Amino acid sequence: MNSTMKWLAGALLALISVPACAALNLFACEPEWGALARELGGDKVNVYDATNALQDPHHVEAKPSLLARARNADLLACTGAELEVGWLPILLQQSGNPKIQPGKPGNFEAARYVHMLEIPARLDRAEGDVHAGGNPHIQTDPRNIAAVAEALGQRLAEIDPANAVVYRQRYAQFAARWKTALAAWEKQAAPLKGAAIVVQHKGFPYLENWLGLKQVAALEPKPGVEPTSTHLSEVLAQLQRQPAKMVIRAAYNDGRASEWLSERAKIPAVNLPFTVGGSDQAKDLFGLFDDTVQKLLGAAK
Amino acid sequence: MFKRNLLTASIALALAAPLGAQAAESAELAQIRDQIKQLHDSYEARIQALEKRLQQAESIAGKAQAQAEKAEGKSVQTAALPQSAPTSASAFNPEISLILSGTYANLSQDPAHYRIAGFIPNGGEVGPGARGFNLGESELAVAANIDPYLRGQFTLAVTPENTVGVEEAFIQTLGLGNGLTAKAGRYLSGVGYLNEQHSHTWDFVDAPLAYQAFFGGQFKDEGIQMKWLAPTDTYLELGAEAGRGRNFPASDRAKNGVGAAALFAHLGGDLGISHNWRAGLSYLKTAPRNRAYSDTDSLGVSVDNLFSGDSRLAIADFVWKWAPNGNASRTNFKLQGEYFRRREDGDLTYDSAASSAGSHADHYAANQSGWYLQGVYQFMPRWRVGLRHDRLNGGSVDYASNSAALAQPAFDPVKTSLMFDYSPSEFSRFRLQLAQDKSRIEATDNQLFLQYQMSLGAHGAHKY
Repeated sequence: MNSTMKWLAGALLALISVPACAALNLFACEPEWGALARELGGDKVNVYDATNALQDPHHVEAKPSLLARARNADLLACTGAELEVGWLPILLQQSGNPKIQPGKPGNFEAARYVHMLEIPARLDRAEGDVHAGGNPHIQTDPRNIAAVAEALGQRLAEIDPANAVVYRQRYAQFAARWKTALAAWEKQAAPLKGAAIVVQHKGFPYLENWLGLKQVAALEPKPGVEPTSTHLSEVLAQLQRQPAKMVIRAAYNDGRASEWLSERAKIPAVNLPFTVGGSDQAKDLFGLFDDTVQKLLGAAK
Repeated sequence: MFKRNLLTASIALALAAPLGAQAAESAELAQIRDQIKQLHDSYEARIQALEKRLQQAESIAGKAQAQAEKAEGKSVQTAALPQSAPTSASAFNPEISLILSGTYANLSQDPAHYRIAGFIPNGGEVGPGARGFNLGESELAVAANIDPYLRGQFTLAVTPENTVGVEEAFIQTLGLGNGLTAKAGRYLSGVGYLNEQHSHTWDFVDAPLAYQAFFGGQFKDEGIQMKWLAPTDTYLELGAEAGRGRNFPASDRAKNGVGAAALFAHLGGDLGISHNWRAGLSYLKTAPRNRAYSDTDSLGVSVDNLFSGDSRLAIADFVWKWAPNGNASRTNFKLQGEYFRRREDGDLTYDSAASSAGSHADHYAANQSGWYLQGVYQFMPRWRVGLRHDRLNGGSVDYASNSAALAQPAFDPVKTSLMFDYSPSEFSRFRLQLAQDKSRIEATDNQLFLQYQMSLGAHGAHKY
């Protein structure tokens, strides 16, 4: 074999091996699904987080950087249930990427794999920013994370069959760790059962359902409508008759309304991470629930 | 059962038949009978054992199947978890949305005499509109995926004068692959930044002067558009359009082929998590033939002129957006600007109807430009304030021998607008706009607008 032949063979090998070691490009609409994909995919998946925990996932712009990433994505991991309705359709339409179109295996909607709560009986914009498919903030219940993990693990294996074994193994490991962690969180959070809470945005029905919290009021007069002073006074008056333990908000919410109420109603205001990256402790999914449970316990004392 | 009887019978027969002839040897016969009986019994037992085993096997198989079915049922259940969609035929109805808008205008100058001095009137949506209460354009949009490959969109605009126009009607590919998207039909051209955006998403009541002067509002055409998104992490989009050229700066004509061609390139990205931007370059070439416009000549006579030649327009645009941590809900800021430069070269027929000094055709060449810069700041949830400055450069206009009748003194129209808007929700907006418009040489128009814009129905996603 002369040197030219060797060079050619080398180039050919390099060409063939490029697609084999190129990681799967995953476009995560929300940080929780990005974090889950990292758990399940490890180095086989190249995760791009389209949004961060300080952004309101309802109001994200179809900005140029998102379009560029959507164009190269092999798999989209989003909540669905109309959460991304204001921006994702533009990305899908303009990406020129057939893999991630609705109905394709590359379009993964987490909300399809969990039991949805708060499905509105009446669809009317007079009710505020309601979602026909139910409340889309499913990531606040770790049992939902477990259900989505199973489905996402299967989807990864389907899209990237060469690494199916890896995904299955990683899922099994994650599921086992998650089960242990879940038992621990539930044990720690047992005292929270039945605690009355006020929420800023109706973003926590799944968390309430999981821990047995009782939402008695919301600071937003209607979902997606900013708190008004009239409504805040009403909530304050209501709390005098029917006290609550705390007022909770998500990391992306403006803190002023809940601080205002906290001061006057003499109850702690809790800033929950809401998703991965929403606090210093919520570095991954485990940290997210560690921190959520700790913050709730701290406020309930 | 039948098989077993047959088997025993045939064995018995086979053994019994040859023995029948030796009836005398009864002792021997009895022995043989005994043997047959033994044989029969043994077969019977073996067959029964076999049958029992068969039954067992069958029942195990049955159980296994039942289990399999159960498992399948489970997986069907899991698969069925996706919320059951409504099954009626109306579930396939397209997304329908309606835009309602209206204005109140207080103008210090009569809008009937509005014109942008030094720029050829283009018959488009130019000027501040009528005085007093006005209904804005009501837009009805219907859109849906046609099949897995195509999407269709139809936008109908109803003017306050009760005329109905097809604003847009196009089909677009869905995930054609390799970053390609094709569009065909009537659509807002991809040139510039503001051009592709529907008027209800504008930050001001009216279009910038540059859009009014160079496009007559917005440039929309009938044709095909091809866009390609580069496979890079930095956003790079290239686009080309070939169209009929029905609208200004083109002119409709009976001709095969392309009447207007456009090229554009967009580049964009993020700077940290709080900033993002997009910049673009566009080029539009049209070849109008007998593009008619009405004007007033130096003697004050109203004349109709015709232009035939080439019109070349280049646009540079940029937009920069800021929101702390990328969260635009509370505060955000947007800065955008566009620069237009147009060259027109050809022949101009002065007073084609020969109502004054007589029709005369000669060379016409114009080199004109314009720009606007605007900033919009949301200082608290729901409330925004914005400032826009428009400037046009009359540039050089050469009417050749027609200049005695048509040439105008050099003039650079300027306009400054200040707006406040309040959005109770993302579907509604109320706006106040104050403007000082120096488009006319002779007078300054002080304008005040009050506007509402409402969006009903399907929640359409907005472009960047």
